[in-house]
Amino acid sequence: MSEKVDLKAKLGLDVFKPVGQPHIKIRPGMEKDPRLKPAVRLCPASLYTENENGEVTLATVDGCVECGTCRIACGTEVLEWNYPEGGTGVQFRFG
Amino acid sequence: MNRSCKSGTLKNPKWILNKSSYNRLSGTRKMDKFDVIIVGAGLAGLGAAYTLAGSGLEVLVLERGDYPGAKNVSGGRFYLNPIRDLYPGLFENAPLERFITHEGISLMAKERSVHFDYSGNELREEPHQSYSILRSKFDRWFSERVEEKGAAVLAKIKVDDVIKEDGKIAGVLAGGDELKADVVITCDGVLSLISEKAGLRVPGSAHDFAVGVKEVISMDSGVINDRFNLDGDEGAARLFVGEITRGKFGGGFLYTNRESLSLGLVLGIQDAAGDKAAIEVPALLEEFKERPEIVPLIKGGSTVEYSAHVIPEGGFKALGSLYGNGILVAGDAAGLALNIGFTVRGMEYALASGCYAARTVLEAKKKGGVNAENLGMYKRFLEESFVLKDFGNFRETPAVVSNPRFFNHYPELVGNLMKDIYAIPAGPKERIYPTLRKYLTLGELWTELKDLRGVTKI
Repeated sequence: MSEKVDLKAKLGLDVFKPVGQPHIKIRPGMEKDPRLKPAVRLCPASLYTENENGEVTLATVDGCVECGTCRIACGTEVLEWNYPEGGTGVQFRFG
Repeated sequence: MNRSCKSGTLKNPKWILNKSSYNRLSGTRKMDKFDVIIVGAGLAGLGAAYTLAGSGLEVLVLERGDYPGAKNVSGGRFYLNPIRDLYPGLFENAPLERFITHEGISLMAKERSVHFDYSGNELREEPHQSYSILRSKFDRWFSERVEEKGAAVLAKIKVDDVIKEDGKIAGVLAGGDELKADVVITCDGVLSLISEKAGLRVPGSAHDFAVGVKEVISMDSGVINDRFNLDGDEGAARLFVGEITRGKFGGGFLYTNRESLSLGLVLGIQDAAGDKAAIEVPALLEEFKERPEIVPLIKGGSTVEYSAHVIPEGGFKALGSLYGNGILVAGDAAGLALNIGFTVRGMEYALASGCYAARTVLEAKKKGGVNAENLGMYKRFLEESFVLKDFGNFRETPAVVSNPRFFNHYPELVGNLMKDIYAIPAGPKERIYPTLRKYLTLGELWTELKDLRGVTKI
């Protein structure tokens, strides 16, 4: 639990500009698809969680660092994946 | 101004709101058609624009970040020797961090570690072969040089799709605007959604990619110099393999910048995804930071940024299509990154491929047009350069360096050997040879020989 809090603080160091529409969505009906599960452990921002029903959820894209890991790990059959609109999302100052 | 623009305005008002570079495009003029549109202001895109700028061609770079570099992440070091001649003079005043004079690799076993360090006067000789780099800083500076030379760079613009006309890529769609161009050079990074839209590739598969996570840790430059035995602008680079990735494909890195450290982990996505017992990536990075080898190095520093990015790891066999009718692909977008164990390189391939893409366009224009046949020169340019020669020479490397024994078995083996060689028990000490034989059994030596056979391919 505390790890998640630490991660939140860490992500709080980054500059984010609000993303209008979520740029990544789990495709409807795919929540239980096993291909989504790797995202829970691999997402560097821990944005994916698995609930007790075995469904993977992506509650928010706030804190998404746009790394692309979920797109590669899970694939576009279970994820609708795009970059956020220009001038929004994470803005690295060091990179 | 020798611009082939006609009067009018760009449809989308946001084009007119941003940076000063917009002024040249906005106001009373509307571009009918560009000679070249470049997607993405990373090293490949900016490199292509820099090479084209000043040639008389209308060149437009579109970048989705707030500024060039805002979306760009690297572990943090690159090698100048292969690209110096492609960009004469460019790097002399570039905001690079430190030139690397200390190379280190650490085998990280569960309870211990063994380090190899290499430093030598040759690494101090000018011109320096490798520098640490922070991309947001560098790319922003590079983009200013590109603009000085006469190409336009527009930030905050995401390219959504390509325009296809008669089977040819004829421009891009961005924020509702149709922007036509004779040729599109797409440098939109490792996922290259634009290559997918152009029909040049399909989404990548997990075994060809890794994820890198990194913290930039701010630290006084004097403290860095003391801690890493550095003088002035000298820098250190360290790689770590073993338990820190739970014995899976990947490793850790630490690079010294002028006033910060870049500390991070790289993990093969397929390996990590298939390991149900594995812990979460963010926690793995925390564990790495808590290793007794790392704690004293980062002590007193404060993390100022956390970033992550996918990295192409598939090498030659995973290279995407390099060109199509009306389009060229450069940098990570084409899969141009190469991990050969001791060095992990991508940035100089990006700079080189961007330059060769630009040269292809210039040559094609001279030869009468940017048709598919003339764009095929791009592949030949890359084949004749260090880029595809490296990829050819290291064709077998991804399979060799992903040998799991390098990440779980050898770090433990070497650590255990060291432990027994250095241990002085209360009683008599065992002879060295039987100690070695305890670990280096015939079976072990046989397997090592097989691993070594793999290594001979690289």
